[in-house]
Amino acid sequence: MAQSDVLLKLKGVKTYFFTDEGTVHAVDGLDFQVRRGETLGIVGESGCGKSVTSMSILRLLGKTGKVIEGEIMFDGENLLDLSEEEMRKIRGNRISMIFQQPTTCLNPVFRIGEQIIEALQIHQGLSGEEANKRTIELLTLVGLPDPVRRMRSFPHEISGGQAQRVMIAMALACNPELLIADEPTTALDVTIQAQILDLMRELREKVNTAIILITHDLGVVAEMAENVMVMYAGRAVEYAPVHALFEAPKHPYTQGLIASTPVLGNVRDELETIPGQVPSLLNPPAGCRFASRCAHRMDQCTQEEPPLIKLEGDRLVRCWLY
Amino acid sequence: MTVSNSTSEHLLEVRNLKKYFPIKGGLMRRTVAEVKALDGVSFSIKKGETLGLVGESGCGKTTTGRTVLRLIPPSGGQVLFEGQDVLKASAGQMRVLRRNMQIVFQDPYASLNPRIPVGQSIAEGLKIHNIGTPRERLDQVAQVLERVGLNSSHMRRFPHEFSGGQRQRIGIARALVMQPKLIVCDEPVSALDVSIQAQVLNLLNDLQKDLGLTYLFIAHNLSVVEHISNRVGVMYLGRMVELSSRDQLFRKPMHPYTKALMSAIPLPDPTIKRDRIILEGDVPSPVNPPSGCRFHPRCWLAQDICKHDDPAFEEKEPGHFVACHFAQG
Repeated sequence: MAQSDVLLKLKGVKTYFFTDEGTVHAVDGLDFQVRRGETLGIVGESGCGKSVTSMSILRLLGKTGKVIEGEIMFDGENLLDLSEEEMRKIRGNRISMIFQQPTTCLNPVFRIGEQIIEALQIHQGLSGEEANKRTIELLTLVGLPDPVRRMRSFPHEISGGQAQRVMIAMALACNPELLIADEPTTALDVTIQAQILDLMRELREKVNTAIILITHDLGVVAEMAENVMVMYAGRAVEYAPVHALFEAPKHPYTQGLIASTPVLGNVRDELETIPGQVPSLLNPPAGCRFASRCAHRMDQCTQEEPPLIKLEGDRLVRCWLY
Repeated sequence: MTVSNSTSEHLLEVRNLKKYFPIKGGLMRRTVAEVKALDGVSFSIKKGETLGLVGESGCGKTTTGRTVLRLIPPSGGQVLFEGQDVLKASAGQMRVLRRNMQIVFQDPYASLNPRIPVGQSIAEGLKIHNIGTPRERLDQVAQVLERVGLNSSHMRRFPHEFSGGQRQRIGIARALVMQPKLIVCDEPVSALDVSIQAQVLNLLNDLQKDLGLTYLFIAHNLSVVEHISNRVGVMYLGRMVELSSRDQLFRKPMHPYTKALMSAIPLPDPTIKRDRIILEGDVPSPVNPPSGCRFHPRCWLAQDICKHDDPAFEEKEPGHFVACHFAQG
């Protein structure tokens, strides 16, 4: 594959948060890449570092967080080397993001149309009239009913599903090469979630944006992603094409995650569980981070952390069993 | 149906339950409109059974749970617990009833007092009901903590020292310590991660088997409800639209809303390709619900009759109740 095929490549990224209680190793050595037009799903439970990963890419970590090591190459450029001003030109323009809580991401004192127009004027240098026209196009594209009138609504006047459509319109405003969707449907009801997932699929075909879809919902990943990365306690533990992952999960954590999810139409007497809980990231354990909860634990596991081991069919797994 | 007849089998009977929340406005703070959160809901739960209630935000499932326990006063209807009318009970009778009916809340972070050790939170109910000496209460708290998979020494710790899953176990312990007959579980696992969710669901199942508990299990996640329930009710905009045994409901849903709800759930299996029913629009406002069938503006089967006639909640097949003019299996 040509070099230019890879849009985003993370190499050994470590993001730590420096808090009063100590250093939180939120993301602790992460490597992955996203090709142009690819949809990569990142799954994992609370605190696994999936959201911190996206914040690291966009450099939105706030005061306490810092990427202390690694490279984030976007289209041949290391995002970590850019000045804040250069970064601003990329954010919302070449890389944009959709968040979990659409209603809190919109500015409550501006009409929704104005918020999209602003992005278009700043990043694309459109005139007021052009931006206005493009905003109506975008809102029509995301299926907001009656866009001309809706543009004049304030965020509190629209429902959660509609607010997420507005967020998507805003994210797509500048034809980004990469869209990061962090739990885009988690706050929505299932029937509305179905609408939004349908919309994202449709848009992916129309605009050919690469998507990083971050979610805890295995169903959403199965439906949307081509490749999946499973994260646990700040590390990638498994990486695989979506069909292969669900057909034969390799890492014991992935296996446990899939087995503990109740599946509609497939009732079991007892759900499989993963005993115990996620280790503290203040003091991550030596060796494999999943070892304390793992049924296949060996002596080696608590002493030495396994590397990502290459398996057949573009798969990687971080486990001494392989 | 006579009351005495029904008590032998049903622990809880809810008849035509209504709850309207007033919207106050204007200079005099008069009631200008009403949110019809619950608009005539009926169901019953047998002893030892789990009835699941599903529906999307604003459908009234949480209001149902709270009204049944009389945590909020209803606007109409009847709730019979072992044949006794909960809504008409005196303060003294209510006190006895409350021991038998407990609740587990969704947010284990918000439902525990952060300033007192969890043992005290758990013992609070016993104390209020004057059950046992302080010493005996301590023993009971220790026992119940072990029962929910925690350690009895945990009773001296504060809520912030526990993880989400552990806190939900404490919430369950607090309900359990009263030795209730009915527990209303209001979204007990929706704030938890999948692997922890499975632990709590299995715990609820085990407790039911061992102690013969009856659950009213409220959740928005259909897969979870299917897993834990014997019978399931589907709610939409303050009404029950379908109620049946679990297997019947999930294998052969009859109401178009139930069908849409099921088809909307993404399955963790990329090989399955389904015909998805995507509903248009949002759930209408319960302040001004649509005329006739409340689902008609989003329903693909809707005819003229649906706009005018509110369909009755009828038994279309034995034990399978549906409110739809065009219900079909």
